[in-house]
Amino acid sequence: MTELAASDPLPKPKRDIAPILLPIALALLMIPLIGSTSSWLTLTAASLAMGMMIFIMASGLTLVFGLMDVLNFGHGAFIAVGAYIATLVFAPFAASVQADSLLVNLAVLAPAALLSMAVSGALGLVVERVLILPVYGQHLKQILMTTGGLIVAEQTLYALWGPQIIPMPLPASLRGSFILGDVAIAKYRVLAMFIGLAVFIAIQLVLNRTKLGLLIRAGVENREMVEALGYRIRRLFLGVFMTGSALAGLGGVMWALYREQVHASMSDELTVLIFVVVIIGGLGSIGGCFIGAILVAMVANYGGFLVPKLALVSNILLMVAILMWRPRGLYAVTSR
Amino acid sequence: MMILSGDPPRSRVLTLVLVVIILALAATPFLFPGAKALNVAAKICVFAALVASYDLLLGYTGSVSFAHTMFYGIGSYAIAIALYGMGPNWAAVATGIVVGLPLAALLALAIGLFSLRVAAIFFAMITLAVASAFQVLASQLSWLTGGEDGRSFQLPELLRPGTVLISKNMFGFEINGRILTFYLVFAVSAMMILALLRVVNSPFGRVLQAIRENRFRAEALGFRTVFHLTYANCLAALVAAGAGVLNALWLRYAGPDTSLSFSIMLDILLMVVIGGMGTIYGAIIGATIFILAQNYLQSLMGVASKAASEAGLPLLPGLLHPDRWLLWLGLLFIASVYFFPSGVVGRLRHGGGDKGVGTSH
Amino acid sequence: MTDLLKLSGVHTNIGRYHILQGIDLAVPQGQVTMLLGRNGAGKTTTLRTIMGLWQASSGEITFGSERIESRATPDIARLGVGYVPESMAVFSDLTVKENLVLAARDGPLDDTQLDWIFGFFPALRRFWLSRAGSLSGGQKQMLSIARAIIEPRKLLLIDEPTKGLAPAIVMALIECLKEIKRKGATILLVEQNFFAARELGDSVLVMDNGTIVHRGEMADLAADVPLQERLLGLSLEAHQ
Repeated sequence: MTELAASDPLPKPKRDIAPILLPIALALLMIPLIGSTSSWLTLTAASLAMGMMIFIMASGLTLVFGLMDVLNFGHGAFIAVGAYIATLVFAPFAASVQADSLLVNLAVLAPAALLSMAVSGALGLVVERVLILPVYGQHLKQILMTTGGLIVAEQTLYALWGPQIIPMPLPASLRGSFILGDVAIAKYRVLAMFIGLAVFIAIQLVLNRTKLGLLIRAGVENREMVEALGYRIRRLFLGVFMTGSALAGLGGVMWALYREQVHASMSDELTVLIFVVVIIGGLGSIGGCFIGAILVAMVANYGGFLVPKLALVSNILLMVAILMWRPRGLYAVTSR
Repeated sequence: MMILSGDPPRSRVLTLVLVVIILALAATPFLFPGAKALNVAAKICVFAALVASYDLLLGYTGSVSFAHTMFYGIGSYAIAIALYGMGPNWAAVATGIVVGLPLAALLALAIGLFSLRVAAIFFAMITLAVASAFQVLASQLSWLTGGEDGRSFQLPELLRPGTVLISKNMFGFEINGRILTFYLVFAVSAMMILALLRVVNSPFGRVLQAIRENRFRAEALGFRTVFHLTYANCLAALVAAGAGVLNALWLRYAGPDTSLSFSIMLDILLMVVIGGMGTIYGAIIGATIFILAQNYLQSLMGVASKAASEAGLPLLPGLLHPDRWLLWLGLLFIASVYFFPSGVVGRLRHGGGDKGVGTSH
Repeated sequence: MTDLLKLSGVHTNIGRYHILQGIDLAVPQGQVTMLLGRNGAGKTTTLRTIMGLWQASSGEITFGSERIESRATPDIARLGVGYVPESMAVFSDLTVKENLVLAARDGPLDDTQLDWIFGFFPALRRFWLSRAGSLSGGQKQMLSIARAIIEPRKLLLIDEPTKGLAPAIVMALIECLKEIKRKGATILLVEQNFFAARELGDSVLVMDNGTIVHRGEMADLAADVPLQERLLGLSLEAHQ
């Protein structure tokens, strides 16, 4: 009766699908409450688009925590920086932005997004070296240092661009809606959904299909053992941190276009939102982050439609409810 | 010794500095004439107590809370709403206190119990989220809170500046209601700080430190860490709300900018780090340094900014503008955490050692 | 015989605790050196210090001709040190295959090496594509050892491989480690199970309170019951 001789197959690991069903159930539950199918479709599309943008911003934060146990309270700064950098590209090419040609618009939008990601990523390099490395492994100081970093970044943006709100008009071809019968879905939201989904799939592919991804997943679980196998995890971490910062920058551009304005205080507002998302999802879990982002966006959109007053605290209520159910978030990845 | 709960400053220089600060505060109405000096002194008192209560959390339990201004705000708003609604009488003051303090403690209890149920690492994030929701709520419920404008109110007769208690020709100084209010603020703040000193030096305080050092070991030793941490949270919230009450009484106003904003939270963090975490005394030092700098250096920044812009320098006028005060604060904050983690008190006590700073997870 | 690994005067502090208080030891090339001692004697800390997972506060650690006491863990691993921690530390979210893919740092998995491993760990072949987290304790231990030997290593540090395993699995593990030893591996093996220690060990080191209190041949210690009782607080007979 040795275990070695046991030939019966292992029980298949149960896939934990309850969290996946949650947003679907929530959406279905809303059909009768909202009443009108067209409103429901519009709200659901809005939720998905908003959720994808939040996901893009939050994904880096959750990975950085999972991999290196670093709580970055300054993540919101990368979002704002990304948005401001995009305005630098948009301003001189205002005519191209307003041209009614998708190609011409994208010729401005794509470089703007790439530049924002590059600058946010580079800023990530600086932040990691200057603020996080010196207090590595000390949560208390990490929180304090990165909070300080957030303030400095925000204030620098104010000093450079001034305190006023900068308008960020949507490119002409992305304005308006697709009309399907009596359902109107904003074009930009469709684009946001596609980009968000693409980012999600890309992250999943890297994590599951490449050795780099295996290393990241292994590192999330046990950093020391990855090092004991001979991998220099600090470099890996720096790469993840920069990627996460760059994604935050991309999210910042998308959010700015969504709101059609840029302001340094967006980092504060979004910091709270992405914190709620990574907590709900379970720190370190990309899948949880994805579901968490959609849930937060759904609660904001459905809630704002049904009970506008409640929208103020809806995030908190959602967070409390999820954590009562699963105290470590939807998917608890790390043992920490 | 009794009054310090057997925890003296333990450094001759520190003792001297504290004595000077306390005497200067106590004598402000006589030494430094003018409304500004009195305002600064009152603010130092209020913040010393507020920061000391935050130190109970940060320094003694090692947990970072971003909800401390929320409790401070609850105290401020409770007194403001009561005095605004019930008129300038002592019953309103009592009502504000009786409603505000327990409310703060209850909310702290709720957050504490909830956070303790979930992963400990979430605490800072949860408090941030709750505090920001509360801030939005306070600005939206304008029928109650006055929204962005806040609530101005009148104080009871006795505390008004117009009430002359001792006229000038008696001692050469006029003691009026304003000065009485100042001493009220001074005395209550001092009492709260002494009470906190007692708490941290009680067996309870020692358990908190044991938890900060190693939560698992403290649990293994049989301490109910959940109970201790929640209790510390409630105590800190109570004192913070008390400081909020004093703040509102002094300003005769409560609004989002003076009692709830995130920048106050940052001020508190900076004061506790500058003063020295886990010392209580650090709160007094930190508050004094910070508020003096805020009130007197900020105007210097304006001068420097103007000079820079007249000299035609690029960028500097923007960076030195008094509105960018927070920028320099942030830089100072990072530098303090990095180079100066034990704060002024730690330096004076250990000559620069890096002791007493939580490195716990 | 040359010593592959040498520690001299190694001290390690963890927080306020002074765990290793001057360790001197040598691990001869091609031998299995047992590291025995009571719980809390500092055995795991010794392995972790060699691996660079704790920083030695003073002393010298020499591996081959290199000084490694201030090197980073990945660099030590790259010199050819394999580590099997007490907790096994398999990546439970990854499959058995993925665990081994990561362990084979320098390239694709080598089929001959794999077959050799499957030879004494057939379970790993069977559960090749299962999540490591769903394996039993013994299977995880096998995976953890497999990870350390999937590529040739000069030195293996193995921490209590038999801990908490059923007797039959312990026997299988002993056979496997013997096989690894026959292939010429140099092993520093922490073990509480004296039976396993006697089966595997060439030389023995006994630790207490952060120092080495006995060094000698395993066979001599196995034959000397009073010495065992004095050093380890147990005798071989009592343990069987």
